[in-house]
Amino acid sequence: MADGRSQVRRRAGVRLWLSAIWLLLLILLAIFAPHIAPKDPLEQDLFSGRLPPFWVHGADKSFLLGTDSLGRDVLSRIIFGTRIALAVAFISGTLTCIIGAGLGLLAGFYRGWVDVLVSRFIDIWMAFPPVLFSILLIAVIGPGLFSIILAIVVIDWTRFARVIRAEAMSQGAMDYVASARVAGRGKFGTMLREILPNVLPIIVVLLTLEMGIAVIVEAILSFVNLSISTDDPTWGGMISEGRTSIHQAWWVLVFPLITLFLTVLSFSQLGEGLKDRFDPVLR
Amino acid sequence: MALLQTLLLRLVTTAVTLFGVAVIVFFVIRVVPGNPIAMMLPPGATQADIDQLTALYGLDKSIPQQFLIWGLGVLHGDFGTSITLRQPVLALVLGRLPATLELSVMALVMAVLVGGAAALTGTRLRATKVEGGIDIANGMALSVPDFLWGLVLILVFGVLVPVFQISGRVTPSLQLPFVTNFYLVESIVRLRFDLTKDLLSHMFLPAVALAIPLAAIIGQLLKQSLKETMHLDYVTLARTQGYSEARVIWREALPNAILPTLTLVGVQFTFLIGGTVIIERLFSYEGLGNMAIDAVINRDLPLIQGIVILFAVIFTGVNLVVDLTYAALNPRLRHG
Amino acid sequence: MNYLSIRNLSARVKGGGPLLRDVSLEVAAGEVRGLVGESGAGKSMIGKAILGILPKAVDITEGQILLDGTDLLSLPPAERRIRVGASCALIPQDPLTALNPSRRIGPQITDRLVHILGWTRSDAEARARALLGEVQINDPARVLRQYPHELSGGMRQRILIASAFAAEPKLIVADEPTTALDVTVQKQILKLIAGLQARHGTALVFVTHDLGVVSKVCQSLSVLYSGRVVEDTTVTDFFRAPKHPYSAALLAATPKYTDPSAGLKPVPDAVIAAVKAEVERG
Repeated sequence: MADGRSQVRRRAGVRLWLSAIWLLLLILLAIFAPHIAPKDPLEQDLFSGRLPPFWVHGADKSFLLGTDSLGRDVLSRIIFGTRIALAVAFISGTLTCIIGAGLGLLAGFYRGWVDVLVSRFIDIWMAFPPVLFSILLIAVIGPGLFSIILAIVVIDWTRFARVIRAEAMSQGAMDYVASARVAGRGKFGTMLREILPNVLPIIVVLLTLEMGIAVIVEAILSFVNLSISTDDPTWGGMISEGRTSIHQAWWVLVFPLITLFLTVLSFSQLGEGLKDRFDPVLR
Repeated sequence: MALLQTLLLRLVTTAVTLFGVAVIVFFVIRVVPGNPIAMMLPPGATQADIDQLTALYGLDKSIPQQFLIWGLGVLHGDFGTSITLRQPVLALVLGRLPATLELSVMALVMAVLVGGAAALTGTRLRATKVEGGIDIANGMALSVPDFLWGLVLILVFGVLVPVFQISGRVTPSLQLPFVTNFYLVESIVRLRFDLTKDLLSHMFLPAVALAIPLAAIIGQLLKQSLKETMHLDYVTLARTQGYSEARVIWREALPNAILPTLTLVGVQFTFLIGGTVIIERLFSYEGLGNMAIDAVINRDLPLIQGIVILFAVIFTGVNLVVDLTYAALNPRLRHG
Repeated sequence: MNYLSIRNLSARVKGGGPLLRDVSLEVAAGEVRGLVGESGAGKSMIGKAILGILPKAVDITEGQILLDGTDLLSLPPAERRIRVGASCALIPQDPLTALNPSRRIGPQITDRLVHILGWTRSDAEARARALLGEVQINDPARVLRQYPHELSGGMRQRILIASAFAAEPKLIVADEPTTALDVTVQKQILKLIAGLQARHGTALVFVTHDLGVVSKVCQSLSVLYSGRVVEDTTVTDFFRAPKHPYSAALLAATPKYTDPSAGLKPVPDAVIAAVKAEVERG
């Protein structure tokens, strides 16, 4: 039994590392995109449209993963797409986290009317289909990076608020909080100094998971053609184009899809792995 | 009657939630810069034409006034008229709803069957390689959302091994003798199994894409609570009575382990229905979600309102039903 | 040939230390044998080993459990399960957790008579009503339709006792059946078990840490320490003159049987050290 358990732990550790390595690689790709990408991702050449990847007969070896219908290099577009994907993941993830966790903390620790208000809004938010809501918001505020980030924050803050509220509530009922208050610490100070550190591990896990979700939301919005302008390289936009030409040029769909798949999987595995690390009971 | 009191309280909060949804959608979509009427008219239209149509749809009034008129209409079952399709919103929405319901329920059934089977197998063969395999599969299925599974399925079963349809709800050239929009149900009732087969081959992949994450959640949670239940005394007692392990799991552990799973499945089922929006788009399936995205792109305000409200009604309704089922299944609450 | 005969049984936790060391004990048909010891001494493990409900992490390393002359450990699992189910029963420790909360009482008693032993449903129900009468439950027909949470702990323990006797087993393992109950109920339950045992002539393995209980219901007893039987004797002999120093110390530590005014005395450290050394030596 003891050795079986350590085996599972080791496997979880491997997954954690693989995820971290993949994400690190993406960060490097995003930073050094202009130096790494073999071509200009926007450069069109209608004479070399829909060229297959290098190992397929009829390929042009200079387009490693082939070209799309406008003759743009798939590999370079994936590499530049990393920039938007990661920007959305980190910025919207962090903002969502700050707003959601903040409201959750206030509601869970202060209770009273703050809690009533926040909980009511959570209920209303839960009654919206999130994808439809995000599409609606983008349609209202117009496409662009800023809109996507705003839409994700507006929709997903409840993910944090729900969990952190419950957690702050149960932490707030514990003796150490009462003794901090007795020792003369103010209510807001108690929340920041006593409650926050105890819910921080959960926040970190949720944040990691949220980044994966943000990447997906961006892809979905690009897919519905509402994300960034259609020229800018985004994974979702590439997938959207690939979906329509799936029978003629599968590579336009497959490579961005694999990249997106691995990225979402990595964020999620990283989050789950961190959860196991933080949670002494699960260990 | 604590149960009745809970029910009434739930109905009131549900009403408040629905009202909140209505208010938010109504105001959000009216912040849109640009007149939706101008978008739908041909380029040569005069300002007078635009004004006339704007007045026809009531868009010249202030937003609170519009909300009041719309709200009163809704209470009488009138959700307004679609700007792009020029038909009553309620009829349009109810016409598409059956397609989405059939898809969601099929996905739910798949998820329950597969997730349940995974949980039972994992419990029966606990602490073996099989359980480890199930855990890894669950973890994978959970990590990736329905949208990506849909794309993967399109690639694998639509292109690589083209055994299923990847577009639409039914082959367009077929003659459909249906009077309702519940095509699948009606094809079975009318014993037109050729149509059933065609419908299923269109529904299968989108339903699987929607079912995968939910199946994983069910599998994981049910297995966890089954395994906890397996340590309880009454299960041990049943084991000493000569029952097989499989029967002990099925008869003694499952009925008690299922309750915590049920509440979660309710919430998750609403997520699944929310997922139909993008999955229907992905598979060009003519349901409510696909219509919703078109409505947003075309700025069809009355239609957007109607669809969002309908989704909200479904979501809150599902949660209400789950809570009541929970109460009905738990003898402790029933005879409290 | 005794009905139950355990020979040289040893068990250990997978990858851990021994739980049972070379345990041998005999229970004749109709005999009541107490298994006594501190918690962790292995007394419950013996009961679980007989019934085949040892935790998965425990391995039996050697020995035999002969039930009516057949070694249970050498049977294939399915056959063993059915044989044990037909001829043995368990009275569990905690009546609050030993009944399935989501099922009515009736089927919890009758199901196995129907499914395992092939009775008709009406025979099984008649039997259940009769047994509930025997354990002094009023209105058995109504109780059979109730759910466990509607009944008190004492009632539930009576139901579990009735259920244990339902199939006329030859052997019942009672695993601390009174520990979870309050003192007044304990006495009634003990009396009930003893009465039913005498009437049905069932052999009983009574696992307990309470020597008072042993003196009331048992004829013979095995004293366990750290997985080993340190004394195997009759109840009369034990209370008159325990042979093993650990038994003597245990007896002395139970105030009721020596000097009630003396209060609770711990077993002296010297005795513990000696018995530990003895057990480890084998």
